[in-house]
Amino acid sequence: MNTLILRTIVPILTSLMVIYSIIVLLSGHNQPGGGFIGGLIAASAFALYGIACGVAPVRRALYFHPISISGFGMFLAALSGFPSLYEHVPYLTGLWWFPEIAKGVEVPLSTPLIFDIGVWLVVVGSLVSIALALEEKV
Amino acid sequence: MIGFAVLTPFFAALFAPLLVYLIGHRAAWILAIVPGYLAYRLLEFTAPVARGERILQSHSWLEGFQVNYSFMIDGLSLTFAFLILGIGFFIVIYAGGYLKGHPHLGRFLATLLAFMGSMLGLVLADNLITLFVFWELTSITSFLLIGFDHERMAARRAALQALIITGLGGLVMLAGFALIGIVGGTFELSELLTKGDEIKQHGLYSLMFWLVMAGAFTKSAQVPFHSWLPNAMEAPTPVSAYLHSATMVKAGVYLLMRTYPMLGETDLWETVLPIFGGTTLIVGTVLAVRDTDMKLMLAYTTVASLGLLVMMLGVGNERAVEGAVLYLVAHSFFKGALFMVVGTVDHEAGTRQIDKLSGLRSAMPITALAAMLAALSMCGLPPFVGFLAKESIYHAVTHGGWHEGIIAGVAIIGNALMFGVAASIAIRPFTGKWVDPPKAVHEGSVMLVLGPIVLSILGLATALFVLEMMQAHFFKPMISAVAGQDVAVDLHLWGGLNPALVLSVLTVGLGLFVFVYFKKFRKAFDGILNFIGWGPDKGFDQAICVLGFVARHVTRLLQSGEMRTYMRATLFVVAITLLWPMYQFEVWPLRPQFPELRLWEAGVFGILAVGILQVIFSKTRLTAIVSLGIQGFSVALIFMMFGAPDLSFTQFMVETLSVVIIALVLTRLRLMQHDGRGPAAFLFDGLVAIGVGVGMGALLMAITEAPLDMRLSEFFSTYSAAIAHGRNIVNVILVDFRALDTLGEITVVLITGVAALALIRVRSSEKADEKTTSTMTGGSDAEGENALAGKDAS
Repeated sequence: MNTLILRTIVPILTSLMVIYSIIVLLSGHNQPGGGFIGGLIAASAFALYGIACGVAPVRRALYFHPISISGFGMFLAALSGFPSLYEHVPYLTGLWWFPEIAKGVEVPLSTPLIFDIGVWLVVVGSLVSIALALEEKV
Repeated sequence: MIGFAVLTPFFAALFAPLLVYLIGHRAAWILAIVPGYLAYRLLEFTAPVARGERILQSHSWLEGFQVNYSFMIDGLSLTFAFLILGIGFFIVIYAGGYLKGHPHLGRFLATLLAFMGSMLGLVLADNLITLFVFWELTSITSFLLIGFDHERMAARRAALQALIITGLGGLVMLAGFALIGIVGGTFELSELLTKGDEIKQHGLYSLMFWLVMAGAFTKSAQVPFHSWLPNAMEAPTPVSAYLHSATMVKAGVYLLMRTYPMLGETDLWETVLPIFGGTTLIVGTVLAVRDTDMKLMLAYTTVASLGLLVMMLGVGNERAVEGAVLYLVAHSFFKGALFMVVGTVDHEAGTRQIDKLSGLRSAMPITALAAMLAALSMCGLPPFVGFLAKESIYHAVTHGGWHEGIIAGVAIIGNALMFGVAASIAIRPFTGKWVDPPKAVHEGSVMLVLGPIVLSILGLATALFVLEMMQAHFFKPMISAVAGQDVAVDLHLWGGLNPALVLSVLTVGLGLFVFVYFKKFRKAFDGILNFIGWGPDKGFDQAICVLGFVARHVTRLLQSGEMRTYMRATLFVVAITLLWPMYQFEVWPLRPQFPELRLWEAGVFGILAVGILQVIFSKTRLTAIVSLGIQGFSVALIFMMFGAPDLSFTQFMVETLSVVIIALVLTRLRLMQHDGRGPAAFLFDGLVAIGVGVGMGALLMAITEAPLDMRLSEFFSTYSAAIAHGRNIVNVILVDFRALDTLGEITVVLITGVAALALIRVRSSEKADEKTTSTMTGGSDAEGENALAGKDAS
């Protein structure tokens, strides 16, 4: 499937898809999207890159083994529940923080956001590790 | 406070490896403080217990199930606790000397301490379920300790055998506990002990009895469940001395003593216990005489001693209980000491074969002294505590009828044979001409000789110097606790000329005869046992073989390894589950009313219909899968049209990825293009598919007919933005309101990823194996891991 057209266009396509998936992840709390969908988009981006250019470049680009990424996501998601214990509210209760980075510009940060990033990493890692393993030639 | 004391050894176990890492084997001195201090703290209970009080402490655990983390200190549990902690103190030190320089000494001491905590919990527990939990913990820690030298096959087998036998017995016992709890209305032993009559007269008494006996007999290595105990000698000597002679194997005896007022003194009890105990006593001693490995000889005499204890508890009078209690304490002292002696000899001289050792007295004077003192107590000679025990035992069986006569006869034969074994172990290696052992021999270090010499002197001092104190603080409360009533105890080294003394003299005479002609006895027993040629140990292997055989065949029957079969079975069950209740209760949905469809809506449904036809009539698998994608995308479009953009979005992505992945799997597995189903299979699968489809559709229609409960939707739309700062309700539910569910779901995703990865790797490494034509069956996992590690590095 490694046609010239695909190989030329895939780096751009993949970067756009990953960026888009991050946008979907971050805006997911208010617009359609979120960690799960974002993760699926990113996973298809990497799978596509693997189909077009081979598995080795994808693994190099990811640097970490995808299943480790997934494991880290799991860790992050589980960890995001703990600050709530500090506030004496049940595990995984969302906590919010609105720092002002410039005059009148608030950036809403929260533990659900960290949780969602964890979800994103788990989905990306698991799916990419399956897809890449399957794409690999024995 | 008691509950915390029980946990202390577990905490200490956590720090043991670090301590050993820091200061080496000397860490044992520090770790021994734990049992020492706990024993010191328990001393405060001796006075109230001697007055006949019972100390109860309880913390609620699972209140709804009457399970409490509750403890009871009475004469029985307190004496046991002192044995566990006192001997444990010396064992920890001994272990430090015995495994000095061993790379896993830290792990060893940690497990040993964890065992100590489990055993302490077992004897102090008031709640039956708590007792069971600690009971199983002792089995598990024993498993780890027997298998400590896990690189040897024999150690692994012995560990597994011990775990299977004692673990199974424990589970059966749990059933017995459950029955007792239901009949008695409580799981607290302190209350159950007063309900003995109620339990004994209950119709299920014999069932409870047998279930509890299963636990006691397996743990205390009664014939025919005894084979795990001699095999457990694969463990390092500290373990054999501690778990498999002084404490853990006595858990079964403890259970019998504990339940004595509740289940004991019935005809069933007084028939079954002497039969099992007596058989075990004779079998154990015969096997002990037959062996030449001193550690195994001791192990078999432990089996025999446990048999003697069980037998005495089955006699059914207070003197017999007294005999059992005294013998139990005496046995813990002399057997613990003798095991450590043998371990020291093995450690310093390089062998524990009794025929290869001689004249060690001059090289190891302290060890020889300890061996001599301990053996004298084991022989039941005055003025040792073993003598007191044997006197009480003989007292108990010289007043009754013919069945007591049989018990007395069995006890005399058993004791005489044990006399021979004890004398041989204490005398043969240490006296006589000097024979060069395999290693240059010298006396063991302080750590090695401290335990045996103190324990063996205790066996002497208990009877000679502090008998009054021991009797008042330990023996009498313990005997009273076992008997369930206040028992007058009056122990003397010299009780005048009586039938018991005559039997004692007879035993000593027979014992000397066995000792003098020890080799002849050994040869004779060896001949008999070889003639029989089958034992429970072989039986265990055969049982495991049969189990494996059955499991393999059942698995082969159920697990075809063919995805299609699994799918067919699963979906068939799904179809039945969906359709059967609707048929049974006649709750079919009403005929739906079709709304007016707009053009594009009709178009989407048209695509759906075309897609399904394409799936059914496609010639190759790949086409079918891609066509199935049409279904998914159409559904996503429907979601979008009816106001569920999130669902639609996800559906698009999932659909894309699943088509990609299934296509990859197909190309990778190099399946045939066609699935090659015959017409019959095709028809059946079609029917199943239609069944699932109709069932699912009908279910959905039936559900939507009912008025929709909007409370949840209203809650989420009201509060999503207000308290969770998000306008996308779906996402807010996922990451905030129901975040714990999502945590579970992503765990599943992760596990699926790992599992799929492993499966793909197994397959590829199998292929790699085929290429190099090596047929290592077990290697595929390891190779998979290596491959993973390699990928990580790249």
